[in-house]
Parts: sequence; C-alpha cells; structure tokens
Amino acid sequence: MRLERRDSPAAALTLLAPLGAILAALLLMGLLIMLAGGDLLRAYGLILKGALGSRLGISETLTRATPLILTGLAAAVAFRARLWNIGAEGQFYMGALAVAAFGMIPAVASLPAPVAILLSLIAGAVAGMILLLVPLGLRLKFGVDEVVTSLLLNFVAVLFVSMMIDGAMKDPLAFGWPQSVPVPDNAVLPKLLSRSRLHAGLLIALAAALVIWWVQARTVFGLRARAAGLSPRAAAFAGVSLGRTLIGIACLSGGLAGLAGAIEVMGVKGYVTTDLSPSYGYSGIVIAMLANLNPLGVIGAALFSAVMFVGADSMSRAMGIPSYIADVTVALSLLCMLVALFLTQYRIRR
Amino acid sequence: MTPVLELSGITKRFGAVTANEDVSLHLDQGEIIALLGENGAGKTTLMSILFGHYTADAGKVRVNGALLPPGRARAAIRAGVGMVHQHFALAPNLTVLENVMAGTEPLWRLRSDRAGGRARLLALSQRFGLKVDPEARVSDLSVGECQRVEILKALHNEARVLILDEPTAVLTAQEAEGLFATLREMASQGLSLIFISHKLHEVMSASDRVVVLRRGRVVAERRTADTSKEELAELMVGRAVARPERRPARPGAVLLEAVGVQAKGLKDLSFRLHGGETLGIIGVSGNGQTALAGLVSGLLAPARGDLLIRGQRPARHDVPHAIAAGIGRIPEDRHAEGTIGDMTLWENAVLERIWAPEFSAHGRVKRAAARAATEKILKDYDVRGARVDGRIRLLSGGNMQKLILGRVLEAGPDILVAAQPSRGLDEGAIAGVHARLLEARARGAGVLLISEDLEEVLALSDRIRAIVDGRLSPAIPVARADARLLGLMMAGDWDAAAAIESGETPDAP
Repeated sequence: MRLERRDSPAAALTLLAPLGAILAALLLMGLLIMLAGGDLLRAYGLILKGALGSRLGISETLTRATPLILTGLAAAVAFRARLWNIGAEGQFYMGALAVAAFGMIPAVASLPAPVAILLSLIAGAVAGMILLLVPLGLRLKFGVDEVVTSLLLNFVAVLFVSMMIDGAMKDPLAFGWPQSVPVPDNAVLPKLLSRSRLHAGLLIALAAALVIWWVQARTVFGLRARAAGLSPRAAAFAGVSLGRTLIGIACLSGGLAGLAGAIEVMGVKGYVTTDLSPSYGYSGIVIAMLANLNPLGVIGAALFSAVMFVGADSMSRAMGIPSYIADVTVALSLLCMLVALFLTQYRIRR
Repeated sequence: MTPVLELSGITKRFGAVTANEDVSLHLDQGEIIALLGENGAGKTTLMSILFGHYTADAGKVRVNGALLPPGRARAAIRAGVGMVHQHFALAPNLTVLENVMAGTEPLWRLRSDRAGGRARLLALSQRFGLKVDPEARVSDLSVGECQRVEILKALHNEARVLILDEPTAVLTAQEAEGLFATLREMASQGLSLIFISHKLHEVMSASDRVVVLRRGRVVAERRTADTSKEELAELMVGRAVARPERRPARPGAVLLEAVGVQAKGLKDLSFRLHGGETLGIIGVSGNGQTALAGLVSGLLAPARGDLLIRGQRPARHDVPHAIAAGIGRIPEDRHAEGTIGDMTLWENAVLERIWAPEFSAHGRVKRAAARAATEKILKDYDVRGARVDGRIRLLSGGNMQKLILGRVLEAGPDILVAAQPSRGLDEGAIAGVHARLLEARARGAGVLLISEDLEEVLALSDRIRAIVDGRLSPAIPVARADARLLGLMMAGDWDAAAAIESGETPDAP
C-alpha cells in the first residue's frame, strides 16, 4: 500500500472531510464509552438531548459556542497567513482584563449603554492585539519563532491577570476571593433569551465570521494576506510587504481573541477570574483546523465543540462517565481531521 | 545480448490526459540515450514510471531481462537503476557524506559505517572525476556541486543505469561541459545512461542515440551521428521552428540609468538603457544577475549610488513604485517568484497590480474586471490548458511564462527587465517569448535582458555587457560580439570591450 498525490483535490471531498472526521471521532468516543461500561446508544442519546434537547440545553450550547467561534476565527485568520498564533488563550484573558479595567474608569458608568458596550469591546480587542504584536515584532525584527513566544506569553498573561485580580483590580466586596471588580451595568451585554445565559455576544461572533469571510474573499488585504501565507517570496516579488500584511493579520487575530475574552466577561461572567476560560484559546486552534481555516466553517466547528462539551456534561452526570470524554472527543476530531485533510490531498493505492 | 533496460508498451493516463502512449525503448550497456521532447511531451512521466514513482496503466519494465515490479522505487534502486532529479532531493542541513549514505543502511543498525562510506565515496568521486568534499554541508554547495552529489548518491547505491532528468537546466555552460565529460567517462566504464533534455545542442554533443517523444509517443529514434539539429527540432516540435527576426534598433531617450550603484551583491554598477533597444547582460551564474534583476524590479534598494528612471530618482525603491513608474518585470524563477501555485490564474495575474484602479476600489477587489483581464491574457497570449479560476500550478512552464508575459505587457511598460526569460522552456515557447520581447522593443520600450543563454542574448540584444562579481563590463554592440570576446568579458578581462565601447558608443557611462 502506498500514497499517491492527487492532481487536484475534489471540492466535494474537501467538504466531506470534516464530516467524516467528526463521524470517526464519535465512533472512537463510543469505544471509550464502552470501555467505561456505558450503554452506547443511551450515551449518544443523552449527549444530543443534553445539548439540543431542551431550551436550556440549546441556550447553553450557543453560549458556549460564542467564544469558541471568536477564538476559532482568531486562529483561522492567522494560520491562513502562516502566522502561528498559539497565544489566543493569553489574548482572551488580556481582552477580559481590559474590559474590567476600562469599567473602573469612573466616567464610564455615566455613558449610555451602547457607547459603554462598544468602547468596552474595543478595549478588549486592542488588548488582545497588543499581546500578539509582541511576538510578531520579535519575529519580524529578530526572526524569533512566534509559536514559542506566543505560546509562552499565555502563561505570562494568565499570571498577570492573577496578579491584577488579587491586587489593584481586586473586588473589595468579594469576601477575599481573587476576582476583579465587576463590569459596570451599562457595559453588560443584553440577553437574547430570558431565563438563560445566552447573550448578544453570539450575534457579534456570527457577524465577525461573516466579516472575516468577506475580508478574506473580497478585499485587497485578504488577497495579499493569502499570497503572503502561501508564498512569501512570490508575494514579495508582487510587492506585498510581508511585515505590513502580518501586522494587519496580527491585529485581526489578536483582536478577535481579545474580543472573545471581552464578550465572555460582558455577557456571561460579569467579572474576571483565572478560570474564566476552559481553554477557549486552545480550543480555537482545534476549531480552526476542523473548519479547514474557513471562517464560515468555524461557526459549524464551534457548534460541534459546544455540543460535545455541553452534551457530555449532562451525559456524564446521568451515566457516571467522566465528562473528560468531551475533551477527548474534540481532540480526537482534530486528529481525525488531520488524517482526513491528508486524504483529500493523497489517495491510497493498493 | 539482452538490453540493460527495456521498456515495452508503456501507457499512462492522468484523467483525460494521456501522458504516455505505447512507449517502448531499450538501452544497451555503455550507451547514452537522450530522451528529447518539448515540455509536456511525457519525458519525465516515463522516467517516473521506470523509477516506480508512478504506476503505468499498461506496459512492462525489464532490467537485465528481469521484470521490475511496478510502483516500487526501492525495487528499481535494488535492480541498479539510479535517478538524478531535476529538483535535487537532498537534505540541505546534512553533509555530502550523510546525504549519500542516507537510506543505504538498515535502520536498526546502531552505528553507521561512516569511514567505509567515506572511503567508497572518495573512490567513486576519484574514478569518475566528480570532485566534492564529503564533509561539506549541502546548503553551502553550488547547484553544480549538488548535482555531483546526486550522481554520487546513485553510484553509491551501485546504479548501473543512471537516469538524469534535465541535468543541465540549472547549470552554466561550463558546468554542463564538465557534466557531459563525466557522463562519457561513466559510459566508457560500462554504465548506461538516459538523459532527458529539450536542448538540441547538448543532445547532439553528448548522446549516442536520440529518442524523440511528442505528445507522449515515440515519434522517432535516430543514431546521433546520423541526424542533425534541424531534423531533431522538426521531429520534436512537429513542424519547422522559425526564430523571430530582429529588426534594427531605433534607440530613443535614456529610460533607465544606474550611476555607481552599490547594493547587496552589486559593486559600483553603472549602465544606461535607452528606449527601443535591448541591453543584454551575460555572465556566469551567481555573479550578481539576481541582484541586478532585483534592483531594477524594486526588490533591492541601492545602498549607495542612484537608479534613475527617465532621469528621475523614484520616491521609493519598492515594487509598487517600480511598477507604477512603468517597469515590467519578468522574474528569474517562475515557480518561486513569479507565481503562487495554490492561487488561481486571475489572482496571479492581478496580484502585482492589485492597487491599480482597474483592479480594486476602496480596498475591494474588482473580481469581474480582474477575471475579464485575465481572460483576455489567456486569449491574446495563447495560454493553454487552464481556466481563469483554476490553480496556476496546473499550468506547464511555458504557459505559466505566457501568463506572466501577458500580465506584464498588458500594463504597457516602458522598461522591461527579463531575467532568464526562456529558462526551462521548449523551442516553441522560447520563440513565443522572444517574439514578445522584440515586439516590446519595437514599440519603444527599453529591454534589459539578463540571461545565461548566450544564443538568446545574441539573438535579441543590441548591446551586450557582462556581469562579473557584481560589476558590469563595458558595452559592446552585438555586431562586434564573437565567442572569444564574450568569453573574455565573462572572465573579467575587459580591455578589448573597453576599446570597442570608447570607439563606438559615445553615450556610455
């Protein structure tokens, strides 16, 4: 048996790849459930029912999908241009912290709500951008690999958040718990559905996906960014400045991750803690890959992850199977997706 | 006597395209066969089947009478077939010795026999006159040396049949001479060789027998002694090729002038380029051709000195300013610089002028206009085998070059810098490229032709300079050029050229 490169991958195959990967991951998950002694069909049923079977389930799934869409976009945008931003987790936290810090300015409380919300979102996005511009600057200036620097900055960012919420930004009314002062009421995102956690951040995330798709497919900047990612040398020959393009990409990518953090604080939690993100930043990488770096595909991939997390939570409560099964399944889906992507490029011969 | 190698009835299809149809050929011991054909004639596919990279749809390969199992490169190597690829398959971060030994020892052996390998390598390199330092890192080697390593690697695997895919594509004339001497030596010691080429003069000078492929079929087989360049050219193309004729130049104003330019790879460079003339730059590869092309293309800014366009210093030395000032650029390397393989034809066609109002407004790409402009190029420049929305990597080299010519010339440049414009192209495509360059000159553009192909420079240029170690020689008119003088110029002996220049062209710097 050997592999032969396909001359040109079929369009249908590229679409089927993520579906096949998800199916394979679900089957592998079944093996694990059987190992844990669970009833397979009941488990699948409970996951579906938990995530989509009730008003609460659906609203929870969508709430969970919101930050995942944004961090997924952050990774997809950067990876398209071969900027390996592994630091979305840190950018998420910096975005969240920036919102809380912005809310501490006394004048903010008297702003009209739309203005306060808009300025808070901008503050979060800018904080994310700045955190990604550091590793990018190091790469452009000294050739330092951004995979390492952006990854390590995550720990710096989380520790910085920890320092701030136990120090200058600590909420005096939180009975000594390390958490930041809450976001002012006029900067809280409106709820989409009463008696649920679902908030307007979902609409922002969906709009962001559309805008990113449009930028990539229709604008000069998108064309240049793709060229720079595919072949820096040919792009340079065509007059595309690699540095300027990557700075633009870093602003988008870091901004989206920062926005995710801002929205999570403004829509769900209301204040910053160091467990604000169940690694939304890292999940974004998986989601971007699962979506084949397509911004619209990111929506679907984020929904899949959210269904798995929310569904597995309720399944594990009902059946006594550890809820880590969701993490395993999402990780498996990434591995399956990588195999599937490979198979869209190659075919197996005898 | 059984032939060393025998292919019979090989057929290979890729979808609707037939790459090889019923191809049969044989190779005797100690013989050199040239496999001649235009780009896309199926030469490389045929050799890939022989070497097990592809599986043939029909047909058989025999080595020394024994059937070779299809689709197994390892079996081919074990049977004594070695291949030297056009694009070298060497690991740049390893030494020559490590590259040669890679894959020859079983993985479970803990220690590799470096001393033995080294001795064998040196013996081989002595025997065939392939000089190379076993401890040198491959990334530090020149292309010529890399090729020697590839050949040594095949010989180290005890190859008795050696296949060379366009071995001279990346070599200078001198290096090619050396290579052919080596091939002769190897044949005289009993090795059998096939080399793939589309260059007639090397086929004539280096082979015993020529097999001509056209559209995947063997159209003729000749003993080299019994044929001529003209016959082979006709067999290869299927018709007689007429090289375009050059009308006398009508030089106009100075369009481009370099005054004492220093930059990375260039030392004190001065020249003038007039409208309506072609200035040919010859030289041994690696003497600053790339830097010179980069300088005029806007990729490289002068560290000292000036590059004046129509007597004016450009506001900035970058690509968009160069293009806006009317410089058209044909890149040296179509694949790495000129195109982005995974982008579509239209994206490749408009990327370098995407800022122009024709192709974008307020940061939005005018997709319809870009597609229409590309469609026009496909039609006017006869680009075949592609759709506007198809990926450009599916084009052959010749068609890719036509698209590049199209995108450059449609902008109507006054100054055209063409770096190695016909490298790797077949006869028919070369004639097309030359006709376009002459057309631009006739319309009044100044053409700076940087080429390592002397025949090409002589056919197209009005004046010729040599580039040696980042400096330009005095210019001589093409009428005064002969092999001896050009050789002296390329070697850096410029007295004779200077005498001619001071006598004939008063305007030279």
